Amino acid sequence: MAKVEVKVCLGTTCYVMGGSNLQELNDIIPRKYGDKVEIMGANCLGLCSINWEYSKAPYVKVDEEVVTEATVEKVLEVIDRKLG
Amino acid sequence: MAGQAIHLKKEILVRIIKAFLSDDFEEQARLIPYTMRPKGMEVPYRCCVYKERAIIKDRTIAGLGFPIEEDDETVSLATYAKKALERKEISDKNLTVLQAACKGCATNRIYVTDLCQGCVARPCQTACKFGAISIVNGRSIIDDSKCKKCKMCVNACPYNAIVKITVPCEDSCPVGAIKKDETGFASIDYDKCINCGRCTAACPFGAVHERSQIVDILKAIKSKKKVIAMIAPSIAGQFPGTIYQLKTAIINSGFDDVYEVAQGADITANNEAKEFMERMEGVNEKNSEWLNAWVNEGGYGEEHEEKTEKEENVRNFMTTSCCAGYNQLIKKHLPEIKPYVSDTKTPLYYTAEIVKKEFPDAVTVFLSPCVAKRAESYDNPNVDYVMNYEELGALFIAKKIQINELDESKYVVESSKQARNFGVTGGVAESVKASLRDEDAVKPMIINGLNKDSIKQLKKYATSGSCDNGCNLIEVMCCEGGCIGGNATINNQKIAKKQLDTLLNNSHDIDKI
Repeated sequence: MAKVEVKVCLGTTCYVMGGSNLQELNDIIPRKYGDKVEIMGANCLGLCSINWEYSKAPYVKVDEEVVTEATVEKVLEVIDRKLG
Repeated sequence: MAGQAIHLKKEILVRIIKAFLSDDFEEQARLIPYTMRPKGMEVPYRCCVYKERAIIKDRTIAGLGFPIEEDDETVSLATYAKKALERKEISDKNLTVLQAACKGCATNRIYVTDLCQGCVARPCQTACKFGAISIVNGRSIIDDSKCKKCKMCVNACPYNAIVKITVPCEDSCPVGAIKKDETGFASIDYDKCINCGRCTAACPFGAVHERSQIVDILKAIKSKKKVIAMIAPSIAGQFPGTIYQLKTAIINSGFDDVYEVAQGADITANNEAKEFMERMEGVNEKNSEWLNAWVNEGGYGEEHEEKTEKEENVRNFMTTSCCAGYNQLIKKHLPEIKPYVSDTKTPLYYTAEIVKKEFPDAVTVFLSPCVAKRAESYDNPNVDYVMNYEELGALFIAKKIQINELDESKYVVESSKQARNFGVTGGVAESVKASLRDEDAVKPMIINGLNKDSIKQLKKYATSGSCDNGCNLIEVMCCEGGCIGGNATINNQKIAKKQLDTLLNNSHDIDKI
């Protein structure tokens, strides 16, 4: 089975708008999912410039799915759904 | 702070900055509430789009640097923007309350909930010393005019049926400076306020705002004056990338140069260590004089002699002096501790002095984790403006600056590990210790956050003249966790600390005195 890929946007907008706290996922994801999920930081995903500008930041991408106004809980929920 | 409220405040700051950078600041400022809540938009928080816009307008007024309380609703944001541009001076009142948000918040009272079982024992009635509780239809009822909010009934009820309804801002304020009055609106008593910023963080409606100086700073940058940023140590850990990339980012956003306030923290630590040794020498001398006298005069039984003036000036402990919130507390509420407070200046003081000496015509801006430093800066002619981390973040967003993709810029002076750790609780005491050859001379006591209890504790030390457990250096931090817990920080403390630690591991040790 292919790994689920989580990309946390480390662009300034996402970071300042609350994405900084998503770094907790770096500890939680390996602990919870082992090697089934891979988490990485990403440079600006370019999502803040489209659709409502920065007001839906922070963004996280779980595979191709965009999580808006991302929180730790929201991201884990999407991962759980993907893993079925 | 409550997630969505802070999100909203930051978004408004970004829009104010974008408006300033546009061709028509006044018109763009006027449009902020309409751009954020356009016609037909689903309303996220309040009853209707009109109220949402009215509240966004109020928040924008604070962002433009004006007090919301004085707004009479007839003045447009365009006019406020114009007035902000024309403004020459900033105010010493740093906080303002969006009173429209207070409506949703019940007043402070003791309330009997539906859980009241109407029991036979009625411990609440017995517990109440003021006769405020009566039984109506088999249930306890509190007469608010008699209730003193002592909570005896709350503790007495075996069903936990009686609760204290708290007002978060009032509850968070360590000095009783913010109150919800009879009309139900919170207001700040500036004679009491120590600018700790707790209320801004505590209010779930985000009603308490800092009055921003962002327009004044952008104006200085636009005027082509040399504008120099001084970054507080706690900033490491607040943004993506390193503090060297951060320097590039700050310069790219319009500043001419960046100084680490940790540079001043190195001076503070060394000076405080010297002062500590001098003060403690006095204590040692006094103790040995007393011991000699005791031996010579045959031990016990000798009456206490009049204290000499010199002895009067000997203090058994010293407290640190770099926290702006603590300094305001001393001034307004705790003058008795003043003789124990170190005379050493703050890191910001030394840094601003260095910068102004080198560039007398420069405009200096302190990048701050908290509102308390606004008060300190207002009193220091070497610091022109203060921009907090949220505002800096908003500036980066408005200017589309990607910090973690930038090249690094070096600082002229590399600060020490201990100085860079000034913003973490325990860090200041540690730096004093590390400045001394005899590190064991310091027995630190850490006050990690000012609240009603820790203020009482400090008062006790000041009145009794001695600290618990023979401690001789009290480090006082207004915020829990230190400056990394400041009201305008972006990152949570755990992650901020982790990021900061990476920097500390690559920094040199402080010089010994």
